[in-house]
Amino acid sequence: MDWVDLVIILAKILGIIGVVKLTVPFMILAERKVSGWIQDRIGPNRAGPKGIIQPFADGLKLFFKEDYTPDGVDKILFPLAPCIAMLMAIIAMAVIPFSGQVQVGERVFDMQVGAVNIGILYILAIGSLAVYGVVIGGWASNSKYSFLGGLRAAAQMISYEVPLALTVISMIVLCGTLRLEVIVNQQIESGWWNVFSQPLTFIIFLTCLFAETNRAPFDLAECEQELVCGFHTEYSSMKFAMFFLGEYAHIIVASCLAVVLFFGGWHVPGLPTGIDQPLSLGMALLGIGIFYIKVWAFIFFFLWVRWTLPRFRYDQLMRMAWYGMVPVGLGLLMINAGIAYFENPMMDSKLRWYQLGGNVAMLLVLLAIVAIGEIRVAKNNARLEEYARGMKTQN
Amino acid sequence: MAIKESDIVEVKEPELSFWEKIYLPSVIMGLMLTFKHIFRKKRTLQYPEKRREEVAVPDGGLRGKNYRGLHRLNKDDQGRVECVACFMCATACPANCIDIVGDEAPWPDREKYPVSFVIDELKCIYCGMCEYACPVDAIELTPVYNTTGLSRDEMMFDKEKLLEQYDKTIDIKPRKNPLIVGYSCDYKEQAVEHREKVEEFEREL
Repeated sequence: MDWVDLVIILAKILGIIGVVKLTVPFMILAERKVSGWIQDRIGPNRAGPKGIIQPFADGLKLFFKEDYTPDGVDKILFPLAPCIAMLMAIIAMAVIPFSGQVQVGERVFDMQVGAVNIGILYILAIGSLAVYGVVIGGWASNSKYSFLGGLRAAAQMISYEVPLALTVISMIVLCGTLRLEVIVNQQIESGWWNVFSQPLTFIIFLTCLFAETNRAPFDLAECEQELVCGFHTEYSSMKFAMFFLGEYAHIIVASCLAVVLFFGGWHVPGLPTGIDQPLSLGMALLGIGIFYIKVWAFIFFFLWVRWTLPRFRYDQLMRMAWYGMVPVGLGLLMINAGIAYFENPMMDSKLRWYQLGGNVAMLLVLLAIVAIGEIRVAKNNARLEEYARGMKTQN
Repeated sequence: MAIKESDIVEVKEPELSFWEKIYLPSVIMGLMLTFKHIFRKKRTLQYPEKRREEVAVPDGGLRGKNYRGLHRLNKDDQGRVECVACFMCATACPANCIDIVGDEAPWPDREKYPVSFVIDELKCIYCGMCEYACPVDAIELTPVYNTTGLSRDEMMFDKEKLLEQYDKTIDIKPRKNPLIVGYSCDYKEQAVEHREKVEEFEREL
């Protein structure tokens, strides 16, 4: 490795941090705009044309606010928690491939900071570390609301990491690799985005992503009606802003992961994709643009869902994870593992159809289970009614 | 008192249908609903540029006739304050924001008049009970909603300010009922006369 490589890596790191930091303000603006539109309002439109500098004005305001540390907090962990929250969200970006390999002059380099062998594993590991920011923040605040928020976040993360991991393992088993760029390349080569052959897996994966990022309808860790603000109740100024940044950066990471695993990364039909030979710099930038647009589509979906669905109750949340998603995830894993018995299941179009069939079969089984339950409940109700009628006639 | 059996209404939770129990179809329906709202006409009024007075009532306009805004003290045809310092409004006021000092009236047609009449507009909850209680229609609420002040004292509206408010708002909001004149002298005759005036006023409406 010579100094040019080093410069390239540094440039990539700075580029990613810059893009994330610049995307987050616009996400916040988009959040406020979309929520306004959905509620038949206009949204912020005073600061700059169409309110475009509103998030920067907010950031400036947060920056100049008093950085208040309440009495009785843990002096070391209290400032550490927002750092962890943000750090974990940003370093998870390191293994996301934004585009195919690029050739500039003699050099060929990847469009990701670290093309490591354990890409997905790394993201899962970092993703579960991210909850430490929330938990430590809740604990160090020495406030009952923060503490409850942190507790809830921990329980929720543990519950939803299981089905998330199950769906991701499904994909790993089928792809036969942990490298994210290889997973994208398989999707490009076979022409099938994974979402088309694994719709049910994708739905479970997506739901768990919502829970993992602490987004509505799973934002129990910070539900205003019960916990003031949850884990960041006691935080102010830039510490609060860091939590905020971390949370939104986490959404970006989640969107990136979803795009890579299920939506073909930088692939759009009809464009050169950089499998056989490295891309030119222009094509690579185009690929990054496509990737970015796909990520934004996901971000919009995140916002859209937030302003549509009400928050779950805590027991509903847990029941959904352990009674619903974990068994379905296990079933899907079994089916997919069966398909993975054949060679190279992602390349073969026939095996792709099998995967789709497996997903549909799983869905039908689910419907059947619900229907059977329905019938049993109806029978039970009828019996109860009969019993009640008998009691009345006796009286 | 025991609750009668016939008065008890049992409210049952509406049962979820099969597709609602699956949950996903209704989520998608909800998403479609909110998506439609994104392209709907927005209900926001851009306030300083556009005011509620300028907009039709169904679009969120202001109902000037019965909007409960800043108070005014009505003047009679000779420019005197109409109030007779009966303390009905101060008694009716749930926020205790009206302070009246009454004295013997210098005019022959009534017994009392307010020497000072102060409303604390910061305490007031704009319920309109004072207007409802007033026997001589002296106090009325106007459609003025954007009163501001730099200090608490500025928001204590005294008699002069409230009378001034009458001159400012009489064009926007005419008095509700015709003027009552000659309160105490030979009230029976006056009452009949007033009844006729009210009827005439109503006929005109």
